Amino acid sequence: MSKNNLLVSLDNAGIYKSPKWLIRGVSLEVKSRQIVTLIGPNGSGKTTTAKMVLNILEPDEGSLKRYTNKIAYVPQKINIDWTLPLRVVDFMRLTNNLSNNEIIESLNQTGVEKLFKEQIHSLSGGEFQRVLLARAISKKPELLVLDEPVQGVDFNGEIDLYNIIKNISANLNCGILLVSHDLHFVMSATDHVVCLNGHICCSGKPSSVIKDKAYIELFGEHRSKTLTYYQHEHDHIHDSDGSISS
Amino acid sequence: MFDDFFTRALVAGIGIAIITGPLGCLVIWRRLSYFGDTLAHSALLGVTLAYAFSLNIAFSVFVISAVIALLLLNLQKRTRLAGDSLLGLLAHSTLAIGLVLIGFLSSIRFDIMGLLFGDILAVTVEDIALVWIGGFIIIGILYFIWKSLFSATVNYDLALAEGMKPNIYNMIFTLLLAGVIALSIKMIGTLLITGLLIIPAATSRNITHNPKQMVFVAILIGILSVTIGLFTSLELNTSSGPSIIVIAIILFIISLIPLELRGKLQK
Repeated sequence: MSKNNLLVSLDNAGIYKSPKWLIRGVSLEVKSRQIVTLIGPNGSGKTTTAKMVLNILEPDEGSLKRYTNKIAYVPQKINIDWTLPLRVVDFMRLTNNLSNNEIIESLNQTGVEKLFKEQIHSLSGGEFQRVLLARAISKKPELLVLDEPVQGVDFNGEIDLYNIIKNISANLNCGILLVSHDLHFVMSATDHVVCLNGHICCSGKPSSVIKDKAYIELFGEHRSKTLTYYQHEHDHIHDSDGSISS
Repeated sequence: MFDDFFTRALVAGIGIAIITGPLGCLVIWRRLSYFGDTLAHSALLGVTLAYAFSLNIAFSVFVISAVIALLLLNLQKRTRLAGDSLLGLLAHSTLAIGLVLIGFLSSIRFDIMGLLFGDILAVTVEDIALVWIGGFIIIGILYFIWKSLFSATVNYDLALAEGMKPNIYNMIFTLLLAGVIALSIKMIGTLLITGLLIIPAATSRNITHNPKQMVFVAILIGILSVTIGLFTSLELNTSSGPSIIVIAIILFIISLIPLELRGKLQK
């Protein structure tokens, strides 16, 4: 880790995939104990940016500086073929040597310690996400990269997992880069928001981003205003179906 | 002890089964069956070159397989043809070149059936030494790189992101695969090596529940196939390679039965 707690920084980085730039001009940094989120529509380069930070993709321009090797990753998608028999416990040990107790402890944090001996293939989407997160936690990383970590998780579970993620940054003293579609969580719990659409549209503290014109344009007036509900006093009333009546 | 040709074949065959167990599991996990097949096809070219220039067969096959593997990686960067097309292209072009070259070597006595299907009569004491020493090296390397290789097998990006250096280990794995083909060519023959890699591993998958279990059971099934196959070959006077593979596939069919029964019981 560098002196000012900096874990990783991208400087004006971009990835070119013929015939176009997937993402360009991205500068961001993640410090320890900080949650930085990437938001943006589909195909806006969120995952590509996360992969640059992880060194999975090498930037075609710009640069990446990393000050830690203790990295854990929760990818967006993992397909494990049936031909590979894999229990949760084997998966937990994938890049790490852990005792059974350490594994159970980590699984316990995401509420899936009972799945210890289950086959990975028999897990539901939500259970698998919890196992993925537990595996990442068990590595006690300094930098944690989460690519849509709550997909397929039920509503209550989503709140659970977001709480866990918030706690991780404090308890493990690590920095988190999070790709998320959940604007509520992004705006209420993260320290720095980067809004992408092939480039950085706007970035900053959640409170300033939601007022940014580029952000409002990208996410639409309605959605971006609904979110202010979480930050400000009520200026409207929600109907039972969630629409706004004044 | 190794005076008897059959004992020699058995000792070499068991050695091969021990190496093909773990490598075969990795081949089916990584969906590389056709890759193994391509390397095996190119082995014929290796054998031909060995005869032409009086080289050691295993060495020549290893070098050619390794070259083909690197060529494949290079081709993948240069063209957008799908992987299976490239594999077919390499497999059949090397096979054809090998066969054409054999035509030029007509002055040399050449047992082409033995090359394609294996010949237990041909196994010498040196072959046994080669299989077991080579096998120890291959298994040793595999043991040391297992964690990295395995994590890259489960998910390449994850392994890369968490510092497991999967690209290097994938390359080493390819060389090990070329090595096992080189070692087993005399016993099994070029056409059937992939069978000994894949079938015991597939059989093992049907009855095991975790990766290590699958590797060990694949080794046991491989040894069983080789042993019974060689006895059959001796009794019925059939080629050793096909006999071993026939036994392997019979074991595979047996391994399916409990699954069927389980399915019926659940209904």
